[in-house]
Amino acid sequence: MSDLLYSDVEDDLRAGLRALLAEACAWPDVLAGTETDAPYDAALWERLTEMGVTALPVPEAAGGAGASWREASVVLEELGRAVAPVPFLGAAVLGTAALLAAGAPDLAADASAVLAVPLSTPPGAAPDGVRADGGRLTGVITAVADAGAAATLLVPAGDGLYAVDPGADGVRVTEVVALDMTRRLSDVALADAPARRIGDTGAVTAALTTGAALLAAEQLGIAERCLEMTVEYVRTRYQFGRPVGSYQALKHRLADLWAAVAQARAVVRYAAGCAASGDPDLPVAAAVAQAHCSATAVRAAEECVQMHGGIGFTWEHPAHLYLKRAKSASLALGTADRHRAALAGLVGLPA
Amino acid sequence: MSTAPPDEAGLDRRVRDFLAVHDPAATDRRDFLRARFDAGLAWVHYPPGLGGLGAPRALQDGVDRLFAAAGAPGNRPERNAIGLGMAAPTILAFGTDEQKKRFLRPLWTGEEVWCQLFSEPGAGSDLAALATRAVRDGDGWTVDGQKVWTSMAHEARFAILVARTDPGVPKHRGMTYFVCDMTDPGVEVRPLRQMTGEAEFNEVFLTGARIPDEHRLGAVGDGWRVAMATLMNERVAIGGHAAPREGGMIGVVAALWRDRPDLRTPGLHAELLRLWADAEAARLTGERLRQQLAAGAPGPEGSAAKLAFARLNQEISGLELELLAEDGLRYDDWTMRRPAEVDFTRRSPGYRYLRAKGNSIEGGTSEILRNIVAERILGLPAEPRADKDVPWKDLPK
Ligand SMILES: Cc1cc2nc3c(=O)[nH]c(=O)nc-3n(C[C@H](O)[C@H](O)[C@H](O)COP(=O)(O)OP(=O)(O)OC[C@H]3O[C@@H](n4cnc5c(N)ncnc54)[C@H](O)[C@@H]3O)c2cc1C
Repeated sequence: MSDLLYSDVEDDLRAGLRALLAEACAWPDVLAGTETDAPYDAALWERLTEMGVTALPVPEAAGGAGASWREASVVLEELGRAVAPVPFLGAAVLGTAALLAAGAPDLAADASAVLAVPLSTPPGAAPDGVRADGGRLTGVITAVADAGAAATLLVPAGDGLYAVDPGADGVRVTEVVALDMTRRLSDVALADAPARRIGDTGAVTAALTTGAALLAAEQLGIAERCLEMTVEYVRTRYQFGRPVGSYQALKHRLADLWAAVAQARAVVRYAAGCAASGDPDLPVAAAVAQAHCSATAVRAAEECVQMHGGIGFTWEHPAHLYLKRAKSASLALGTADRHRAALAGLVGLPA
Repeated sequence: MSTAPPDEAGLDRRVRDFLAVHDPAATDRRDFLRARFDAGLAWVHYPPGLGGLGAPRALQDGVDRLFAAAGAPGNRPERNAIGLGMAAPTILAFGTDEQKKRFLRPLWTGEEVWCQLFSEPGAGSDLAALATRAVRDGDGWTVDGQKVWTSMAHEARFAILVARTDPGVPKHRGMTYFVCDMTDPGVEVRPLRQMTGEAEFNEVFLTGARIPDEHRLGAVGDGWRVAMATLMNERVAIGGHAAPREGGMIGVVAALWRDRPDLRTPGLHAELLRLWADAEAARLTGERLRQQLAAGAPGPEGSAAKLAFARLNQEISGLELELLAEDGLRYDDWTMRRPAEVDFTRRSPGYRYLRAKGNSIEGGTSEILRNIVAERILGLPAEPRADKDVPWKDLPK
């Protein structure tokens, strides 16, 4: 059984990141950012890149930090806690995982390649919106996460994975209005666009599986922060002469949520450990992680809204940023239901 | 000879040396267990002379595995869960040297089974409300009262008992903790039949029962603190051991699903997979708790583990009946029996369904556990308390 605790290095990484995010990614700024045209917080992304956290699983020889998906998972927890508007999932997780699996680690060092699949794609599904014809791609891919940050688009087409320059002729990236205001989505249209084949579709499956395992860490961070905010609030909000947090109707729901978050942490650590070591149990670990953590994050965000009462429903309160991220993330990389269906095949419980 | 506690390699060596001298196949079971205790290989984290070697708790698993691999007889922990999980750590923490010497060895070997005389008809969740009186009587105590829902009292040689020694002070301050000899003529055990048909628990009537003062655990009036230590250990005992995937009730249902394609429906399939993922999450949480304990930093996840266990056991055993459809309508045996242990997996699905209903009541209800999580872990404000500063005798009952 892999180590489910955090190492000292991971604890230090978390502390450093949390301090940085407290200063550079306060939620009022995140909210303000959603009302600009900037597809993500470029200044924050640059600082994260300088810290080396965007290239943690990339080998040192290829210009990365030579750490692993375990450390990257800790980064996602913190980014989730801050609903940070940076393209970490699309670029530093999905893009990097695809490049590592395709055997092109040096392209991953600056985390600027984004996997161009609909964000809702579950591991194991083969996206088929694009046709390859003599090194040229044609087709449409909808709802791609973080495409606005891409220096390279990694596009699955036919039986291959292709690198496409988003500035090339025949490539059009159009941002769409997304439910999650802090993770931008784009539609990508390719019309006879020039492309370079860099691997096969196995790299896509690997990226989506690793992505599902890592996304669970972001969901854990969201859930944990929502629980914290809610506990802080119900302790100090008085109604009927008592703090509302002294009412059992709320206490018991928060206790159950706490238990679900405690479980999420174990599940996330296991999934990250499997991703880091290439454990053959990774598909099961990722499916369990998505089945558990997406539901936990949504529940935490929904309880956060509810237990804040009217304030929780306002634009000025951060609860909605978390709710939008949590609900969108629960659809990302396969819904919990699809992951449970995948488990059926993986653990021998056929329909 | 070195007095430093042994490390993993040192323990491995001790187990092998022990096995070389005590061949499990050729040694009487009791003798084998006693010798294992005396060699400090029972609870390796207990002190030397009391079944241990002062080694890190984390190393227990490895020792148990080596013994199991050698075919050594076990001490049948399922028969003495209260003794091993709750009485022993409490005695270790609060007992005198004589008490530790007297009680721990036969407890560990299973020669003496223990039960827990805490709950009363008027005091379950509110344990501190208990009414059983212990009155000073020469060099001992005389105890009168009634306990209830006492698991395995019919098998037990000793009991941990909390009784009221001062009704004139608020309830938490007037209790004292004792070890009660179940063979005392003042102790009467009557089976209390359960919804499963059997009687695993009992009513226990204490009528002029005698307890020598040497069998008091902790100071007079300090019973609440000692009882809290017992209950803490209960929670640690729950999630703290390694389990394989599909190790619990989910494995029973998964096996049924695989064996009986004729029973499958899409709705049950969805339900099964939901519970499978939940069970795996619960298992990993238990594993993480175990790793925390081993690293010397126990987290509060034990409470999450008990809540999850109770819910899962109930939902999964309910699903098993639905899956079985017609066979789910049957039951194995309503005969009033007095089992020596809970026989969860070997009995029928109907039994499992009914017995699982106890999981969210025994050892503290899920509601009480949620209160504890909310107040002690999340720091939420307590309920208003009507009983805090009122002497016990003046409380409404
Ligand atoms: C199978 C089994 C084995 C047992 N074995 C033992 C044993 O060996 N030794 C022993 O001493 N006891 C034993 N018990 C007793 C068990 O510990 C008690 O039943 C339990 O603590 C609940 O107490 P109660 O039955 O008095 O219920 P009550 O305390 O009367 O509770 C009734 C209901 O009210 C709820 N409730 C009570 N207080 C609150 C509150 N403050 N907030 C919210 N809800 C509340 C409870 O959760 C429950 O749903 C056993 C019970 C079972 C079912």
